[in-house]
Amino acid sequence: MIEIDNITKVYDGRAAVDSVSMTIESATITAIVGTSGSGKSTLLRMINRLVEPTSGEVRINGELTTDLEKNALRRRIGYAIQGHGLFPHHTVARNIGAVPQLLGWSKDKISDRINELLNLFSMPPEEFRDRYPAELSGGQQQRVGVARALASRPDLLLMDEPFGALDPIIRTRAQADLHRIQRTLGSTILLVTHDMEEAIQLGDQVAVMDQGRLVQHGTPADIITSPATRFVAEMVGGVDRPLRLLSLLPLSEIVEAGEAEGPPINDQASLRDALSVCLGSGRNTLPVERDGALIGRVTLEAIRSRAEGTHEPR
Amino acid sequence: MSRANILRVIVVCLLLTLVLQPEWFEPVFAPFSPSGAPVIYTRASLLSLSLSHLGIVALASVAAIIVAVLLAILVTRPRGQAFLPLSRTIANMGQTFPPVAVLALAVPMLGFGAGPTLVALFLYGILPIFENTMTGLSTLPPATMEAARGIGLSRRQRLLQVELPLALPLILTGIRLSVVIAIGTATIGSTVAARTLGEVIIAGLLTNNTSYVLQGGIIVGLFAILIYDVLTQLEAHFQKRLGGSRTTV
Repeated sequence: MIEIDNITKVYDGRAAVDSVSMTIESATITAIVGTSGSGKSTLLRMINRLVEPTSGEVRINGELTTDLEKNALRRRIGYAIQGHGLFPHHTVARNIGAVPQLLGWSKDKISDRINELLNLFSMPPEEFRDRYPAELSGGQQQRVGVARALASRPDLLLMDEPFGALDPIIRTRAQADLHRIQRTLGSTILLVTHDMEEAIQLGDQVAVMDQGRLVQHGTPADIITSPATRFVAEMVGGVDRPLRLLSLLPLSEIVEAGEAEGPPINDQASLRDALSVCLGSGRNTLPVERDGALIGRVTLEAIRSRAEGTHEPR
Repeated sequence: MSRANILRVIVVCLLLTLVLQPEWFEPVFAPFSPSGAPVIYTRASLLSLSLSHLGIVALASVAAIIVAVLLAILVTRPRGQAFLPLSRTIANMGQTFPPVAVLALAVPMLGFGAGPTLVALFLYGILPIFENTMTGLSTLPPATMEAARGIGLSRRQRLLQVELPLALPLILTGIRLSVVIAIGTATIGSTVAARTLGEVIIAGLLTNNTSYVLQGGIIVGLFAILIYDVLTQLEAHFQKRLGGSRTTV
């Protein structure tokens, strides 16, 4: 568990981060969203003390971050950034093994861990270990950057716009990969992004920052259905809000008994997908299947009723 | 064998023959000598002059590299930034002083011989290395430096494992410029009795014997070309790794 307690950073008399408190549960992804200059990166960088807070404290599993020497603290926290920041003069293996090596792991243990991570990111070790970063595609470089951040099994992984430099198609895949890997390893991730879509897709919790303050912290559905301020409502995209909400809900929640015409849709698809199929094929009901067997149907009416929770901001 | 390699072999052979068997070139140089004067320089062995010449250059360059690189590291640290303008001025002064003037000034203190030449070459060699090392250390990719800090490398580890290796190609460029200048400049050391290939050139000038001047000049020139080539190859080797498409065989 990560506890951020009343943390503030003042630059030239102006608070870049203004007494922010939040608690991050272990094994979850929290996405901090904000416009540029909202203080989201500064907040992130105060956790591994790349920026020293003016006041306030951070505890990781109960331990104050100021109790550890700076570099020792950073070696316990994974850090992945936009544009990956790999060492161009080191091979992929050496890049990933950087932190374990600093921690004095044995050669065999480091080598095993590198292979494990490369496999996890679908990059065959025998093919990629000895390559240099410049020989990889943008998506591969980004994966190696995340693998490096995860190498020492850190208590916490900090990610600052990790997908910012990727093109949209690769970004979607990288987000799915991160989600899968986080579930596999049970990592605690704190991720900074300016993209609300990304925050909603990836975050178990979403924290919205505006002008140095934390304006709302809750589940993605909370943020969409009841934005705390007009700013949050704008961030979650005004007219798109019902669609964003639907994209969070799995079809399985509103499946009802009955039959329907036409090709079926998988019950793991989102309501947004189902809506799209309805509109595209001109049907009002769709059959739903799970593992190839029909389990019921979903109606346009039911989808519509789920989208109605999105009222105006308080 | 590529054309570049054939050329390299030819240059090396030419240089070795000129240094070890200069008398083979007697027919070539004969037209440049006044009638009756010796064509080939025989007052000292060209091999020993070459070795002494290269030795002086190497010694001065090593000293210049150490001082210039340390100075550049110092002024690119947060604590050393105040010294940046001062060290720039000093390095620039080393370069503006004509080597001849340094020689003239150093002789009264150090006497005749290799000493004044070493000082002149050392001072003259600092600037290119210092400027390039500084540029190399202050134009590192920001994301890589941020990551290096973020994963917990200490200052010293960042310098030794990231900054210097990444700046290496630029540092080598500085060293190459500096060494090549030093090879040429060392010849004037012979005016104050340093044992360099300049001795051959000066002997030629004093006796109006153009063939001596040519011998000395060509040998110095070929050394400079070869060393320039070797250092260029070395830079390309490191740069390739940083910049990308290493061809895997």
